[in-house]
Amino acid sequence: MSVIIQSLSRNKFYNWAYKNLFSSWVNTIMTIIAIIFVYEIGTFFLNWAIFSADFRTNFQGELITDRTFCSKNISPGEYGACWAIIYARWDQFMYGLYPIEETWRVNITYALLPLAIIGILFDKLPYRKLFIYFTFLFPFIAYFMLYGGPGLSTVGTNKWGGLLVTLFLGVTGIGLAFPLSILLALGRRSKMPIIKSLCVVFIEFIRGVPLITLLFTANVMLPLFLPDGVNPDNLLRALVAVTLFQSAYMAEAIRGGLQAIPKGHIEAADALGLTYWQTTRKIILPQALKIAIPPIVNTCIGLFKDTSLVLIIGLFDLLGIGRAALADMTWTKLYYEVYVFISLVFFIFCFGMSRYSLYLEKKLKTDNS
Amino acid sequence: MEQVIHLEKVNKWFDDFHVLKDIDLTVTKGQKIVVCGPSGSGKSTMIRCINRLEAHQKGHITVHGTELTNDLKNIDIIRKNVGMVFQQFNLFPHLSVLDNISLAPIWVKKMPKKDAEEIAMSYLEKVKIPEQAKKFPGQLSGGQQQRVAIARSLAMNPDIMLFDEPTSALDPEMIKEVLDVMIQLAEEGMTMLVVTHEMGFAKTVADQMIFMDEGKIIEQATPDQFFNNPKSNRTKLFLSQILNH
Repeated sequence: MSVIIQSLSRNKFYNWAYKNLFSSWVNTIMTIIAIIFVYEIGTFFLNWAIFSADFRTNFQGELITDRTFCSKNISPGEYGACWAIIYARWDQFMYGLYPIEETWRVNITYALLPLAIIGILFDKLPYRKLFIYFTFLFPFIAYFMLYGGPGLSTVGTNKWGGLLVTLFLGVTGIGLAFPLSILLALGRRSKMPIIKSLCVVFIEFIRGVPLITLLFTANVMLPLFLPDGVNPDNLLRALVAVTLFQSAYMAEAIRGGLQAIPKGHIEAADALGLTYWQTTRKIILPQALKIAIPPIVNTCIGLFKDTSLVLIIGLFDLLGIGRAALADMTWTKLYYEVYVFISLVFFIFCFGMSRYSLYLEKKLKTDNS
Repeated sequence: MEQVIHLEKVNKWFDDFHVLKDIDLTVTKGQKIVVCGPSGSGKSTMIRCINRLEAHQKGHITVHGTELTNDLKNIDIIRKNVGMVFQQFNLFPHLSVLDNISLAPIWVKKMPKKDAEEIAMSYLEKVKIPEQAKKFPGQLSGGQQQRVAIARSLAMNPDIMLFDEPTSALDPEMIKEVLDVMIQLAEEGMTMLVVTHEMGFAKTVADQMIFMDEGKIIEQATPDQFFNNPKSNRTKLFLSQILNH
């Protein structure tokens, strides 16, 4: 029996392969070239990254403590990656200059972050209400854990860095920008001329300016607008810039969704006597946000990557820490290792968001055909 | 006879286009009025003015003694008493049939969810599709959707119902099921203002027929007079076109 199934499935594979890969001479040649190409690149990369790579020790079995111990720097025949730099700099990549004896606080925050997000992501989650309560509680916990407070020593944001800064800006930026962008999108479609023009001006101004400019502006000019003595720290300034930037883009994505709602739905809600806010909350937004999911996630992914621009105003996000590591004479010149590692971290988060958006689209499609 | 709707010299423009010209209309309690006329004649606009989906620019509209002005409070009062059924059903596609109907009782009348759902079910039984309660609008036929829309409107317990071409978007075989519900409603004494070209329905239920053209009420008469002995030539022409097609 199993033999039959095997041969059947094998037949199926042959048929598929024949139809899609070898249907003509041109197709066959293209397929072979593509296979060779993928194979060469793939084996080269895997050899470099894993099979010939040094992790903590080199090929002679010595512990790598600086770049001169890397196999490729000892023997000309070796070319594998030297991941020891990542091990050596691990704490910085994860926490920046956060005091080593306090990093458990960051670890707890990292561990709680998924719990805070999961309630928003999955609506069929058991005890979802509790998770949502936790979501609203989380910013306060995170603030207390990361910055300090009664019972915990204060760790200034100038000590924060690496993944901590990247996630802080990414998650907080998206979290704050989301409600703001809904208000902006609604405001832009408002019938009240002053609110409408304020929103239009805000959105168009922010969208017309590069994020770098906003970051510089927030960093240099924000203190000028604030009263003397009020001096928000660098990270907060960057957060303001990132949030405003993100909210303008997200607002346009949501406006696209709003425009897709037939006018008749709003008329029906009006005729039933629902107020503007009831209609917005119960009829318009659930439909509009659903339509806007792909562009919203797009802007979120964009923002998450853009956080690396804070490097230029002197904050050390993941990329900044990587560059600092490369500037260190003990480890300099290990560019590939550092950038591949950073890319991998960014990829994990961005790919996660992308897959979630696909999952959500599929789910919402089947929810109501 | 108690006056429930009163329109006095109502005028409306869409930019330069004069859609309603000096409309006068009185509807008394329990009356069933059918409005017909060629497309663009302003019949839909007229009934949409009555619950302020469109604002009129001149004249007075009074519903149950409350005059429609820009005062949102008055608009709210009137909308609570006036139900409306649309040509395109306008059900909320992201909500189940039951949620579509119970939404307004819960949020506008602040009714407990359980009571609102009981009411929703009772109206679904009235329109004869209680078994569809858990489905989404997209899973229903046009006729079923329109019956849900009628139930949704009735769940707010209005004393006036406006119908804006309720069967125009339906396939022919579904028209009857919707008209049957409307006839039943008429028999129960609901005050109804219906824009439709279903002349059979008009003959069955209407107390008054109104013919509109180019933003004016051309003729208002009892069905008997209207169909057998219309006064205006335009009415005659319209009737001959619509009855012979």
